[in-house]
Order: sequence, then C-alpha cells, then structure tokens
Amino acid sequence: MAYSDKVLDHYDNPRNVGSLDKNSSEVGTGIVGAPECGDVMKLQIQVEGDTIVDAKFKTFGCGSAIASSSLATEWIKGKKVDEAMAISNTEIVEELSLPPVKIHCSVLAEDAIKAAVADFKQKQGGEESA
Amino acid sequence: MGGDEQRTMNLPIYFDYQATTPVDQRVLDVMLPYFTSAYGNAASRSHAFGWKAEEAVDTSREQIASILNASSKEVVFTSGSTEAINLAMKGVGEMYGSKGKHIITCLAEHKAVLDTAKHMEKQGFEVTYLEPDANGAVTAQQVAGAIREDTILVTIMWANNEVGTINPIREIGAVCREHGVLFFTDGTQAVGKIPVDVEADNIDLLCFSGHKVYGPKGVGALYVRRRKPRVRLVAQMDGGGHERGMRSGTLNVPGIVGLGAACAVAQQDLEKDMAHSIAMRERFEKRIFEALDHVAINGDEHSRLPGCSNLSFAYVEGESLIMGFKDLAVSSGSACTSASLEPSHVLQSMGVGDELAHSSIRFGFGRLTTPEEIDFAADQVITAVKKLRELSPLYEMVQEGIDLSTIAWTGH
Repeated sequence: MAYSDKVLDHYDNPRNVGSLDKNSSEVGTGIVGAPECGDVMKLQIQVEGDTIVDAKFKTFGCGSAIASSSLATEWIKGKKVDEAMAISNTEIVEELSLPPVKIHCSVLAEDAIKAAVADFKQKQGGEESA
Repeated sequence: MGGDEQRTMNLPIYFDYQATTPVDQRVLDVMLPYFTSAYGNAASRSHAFGWKAEEAVDTSREQIASILNASSKEVVFTSGSTEAINLAMKGVGEMYGSKGKHIITCLAEHKAVLDTAKHMEKQGFEVTYLEPDANGAVTAQQVAGAIREDTILVTIMWANNEVGTINPIREIGAVCREHGVLFFTDGTQAVGKIPVDVEADNIDLLCFSGHKVYGPKGVGALYVRRRKPRVRLVAQMDGGGHERGMRSGTLNVPGIVGLGAACAVAQQDLEKDMAHSIAMRERFEKRIFEALDHVAINGDEHSRLPGCSNLSFAYVEGESLIMGFKDLAVSSGSACTSASLEPSHVLQSMGVGDELAHSSIRFGFGRLTTPEEIDFAADQVITAVKKLRELSPLYEMVQEGIDLSTIAWTGH
C-alpha cells in the first residue's frame, strides 16, 4: 500500500514524541485504542489558562496511526482548549490523504484529543470543588 | 564510513521466500528452448514436435517422482498448489463420498485448504478442524482421536507457510493408514526444502508448486498414489482427458520442464540449501536477540522450515515496522493492510494473542540470501524496533512496570 508523502514525513520525523507528567494538574492525558486492535494512542496536553502550551504523544499502531497522532499534537499546540475540541477526524483524513481503511486512525486521534481534554477538565473540576 | 560505504548488494533485499522464490538460472536455461523452438503440444502424437514435448514432460515426471520417492505414473501436473488442493480434496470427496462424508483438517492450513473444506461443507461434507498447539503443529494422536467410521480424508499441511512449523507427517500418515483413511498433505513449503518420501512418510496425496522451489509460477503437481492403496479422483475439469483423465488441459510444457528441473536441482542441493538457510536464519536471529528484548519466535523453534523466521516484536505494530525497513521485502502477520484488520488466522489458531500477532513479521531466507544481506537486514530491523518502541505507549508502560493486561482498553 502506498502512503502519502505527509504520512511518510510524520512517520520518519514524528513531531512532539514523548510524555508529560501525568500527575500534574496542568496536564491532561488521553489513552485510546487497544493493543489487540493493533493501535493505542497516548496524547497529552499541558494547559495554561485555556491555552494548550504543549502536547506530546506516543502511538502503537500503523504508520497512519502514528501520523494522525503526530499531526494532532502539531495542530493543538497553541490552540485554546475549545478550539482543539473542534478538530474533527475528517480534517486529519484530508490533510494526510488517508485511504478508507485507515480512517479509523484519524477517529482514534480525534478521540485521543477529546480524552486528553476530558482528563484535564476533570482534574480542574476536582480542584475547584476541593 | 557510514553513508560512503560501498554496498555490493541490491536493494531492496528479498526476504519473502515463503511467498515465492526466484527461478534458478539452471532451471531457466532448461526451460527456454521449450518456448520458442521445441514448442510442440505434448499430446500431438503425429509429429516430432509433439514427441519432443512429450519426452520433456516425461523427463520432468521422472524428476518429480525422484524427489518424492514416487513413480512417475503417480504425478499429475496442475497449475499450482491451489488447483492441486481443489482436485485432491474435491476429487476424493466426490469419488469416496458414498463411503463417508467426514474430513479432518487443521485450523492453521492455507486458505486454499480451508476454503475448499468450507465449500465441501456446503456440499454436505462434515469437516473437523483440529486446533494446532502453541507452535502451530498437530499431533498424530489428535488425528487418531478425530477419525470416525465415516472419515474419508485427512488433510494436514507438511509445513506451515506463515510460521514454518513442520508437522509430524510420517506419524500422521501411519495413523491414517492404520485406519484406512486417505492422507493428503499440502507439501508446498516442504518439497525441495526438507526431505520428503511418500513411501516412508505414508502419504497418499501430496501437492506442491514450482514457484516455491526456484521454478516457474503457474505450474505444480499432485502426487496420487497408485498402489497400496490405489487412490482414485473425480476430475474437476472436463476436457481432453489429459493426465490419465485426472486433469484435462494442454500441458504447460515449458512450465513442466521448469518444475522438473527445479526438483532435480533441489534434490541435488537439498543438504547444501538446508544448511545455508539454517545458517542465515541463525545469524539473523542471533543478532536480533542480542540487540532487542521482548522478541518471540512464532512456530516450533526446533522443528521449523530452514528458511523461515517469524518473529513477534512486542509493543510495536507490524505494519509500522515494515514501513521502518524500507529496503527489506518481508511479510507481516498483521493483516492491517487489508480492510479486515484481522490478524493472521494461523497465529490466532496457535493462541498467539492479537496484540502479539499485530507485532509479527515473517522473514524468509533462501538460496540467494547472503550473510551481508542478513547483517544489513538485522541492523535495519533493530533500528526500526528501537525507534518505534521510543514511540510506543505500551513499551513505556511496561518499562514503568505496568501490567498491560490490567488496563481497561477502549477497543474500537
């Protein structure tokens, strides 16, 4: 199967690989997927005020899954949390020219962003009520 | 050094010898005249062109009989193993169906066998699918335990195409003989790679393909035992009654010549080829295991095809790995490239977890593989696995001491 140049570029030079301190109150962590399905994404955001100042990812999965999560971190960095929530998988599909069998990779990346934001919001909510 | 290093090898490097093999130059040389000058129809009895073609076919039949320890009259030419499998299974089913409608096979068989069995189920046959052990092998005891009064055929592959595990064919054959049940083995990965002897190994039917033994594609053979017992088949194609009525159609003379020549070369070089493939595999696995942890061999480490190394690299996904070694032609146990997203049915039947099945790669070595290629490949594999493990959330968790089986994953 032929990969698009953009997928290959993200695979060869993945952006924002790594981990943030998952115990920090400023960090939201999203882990989606399952090993037996062949892909797991971990996406983390660091938020100051309502702005995502840093994002990191690690992905177990095919090249398209790696590229989708790499692209997602690139896009959300510097965005407001609500703007990040508005990113949809179809934008990822378009940007990376993913074929139909790889659309689930983009869905997973969208889910990972949402899961990270939800984790962050839960932490904030927890602190406010404390 | 490094980038300036002179590479004597051609890239990409072929490591997929279980999928197909190049035609050996010695084989091609014998075939070529049969395309352009000795192009007669082997069924033409009235002129020298036909006689010459028939003579060439007879020579090939002898060469094939020799590598199988069979008689040349027991060799039926086909277009390859898939056709031979269909002919053997359906042909036996139709011929002996009035005696019984039960067939035994194994879940780790090639799709050509499994799909033929499924087809026969629709025709009223009942099929028992034996579960292989964790190495992918079935035992003679399992076969014996599944044989019933109405069993007419046992179909067990000689060696598995994905993991290379070699089944105890001689013992399975003995059980079948004892119970008076016909035994058909798919020898596609075995003939020309390991010793095969239809007499000593108690085989009634056996198929193989030219292109797996350094011969041409589009030609194969079915061995059909003629005595003790005499096996009869119902032909699956109607036509001119070639191949003693078992397989009609004008013989593919150049292909058949190539198949015979490939068998002659393989028989002559068997020990040398085996020793070479084993040496290449050992060199490869040694380098991999020295450099990487969490790598598992799929298949029976000690009873494996010489040129087959199916490895699971835990915590990295197979398709992304293959992207990482761009210069290596290998095959993945993960079928992620297909729409199904299902991992290999062979690994599943062996009880390999889906997450490890997604991480498995088959490396196939053969006659043309060189130590330099092995070293180059091992280095590329090690680099790619290390890179992807840096990227892998699973590897990170395992390093942190988290047991992955305790995590509630969100499957999709």
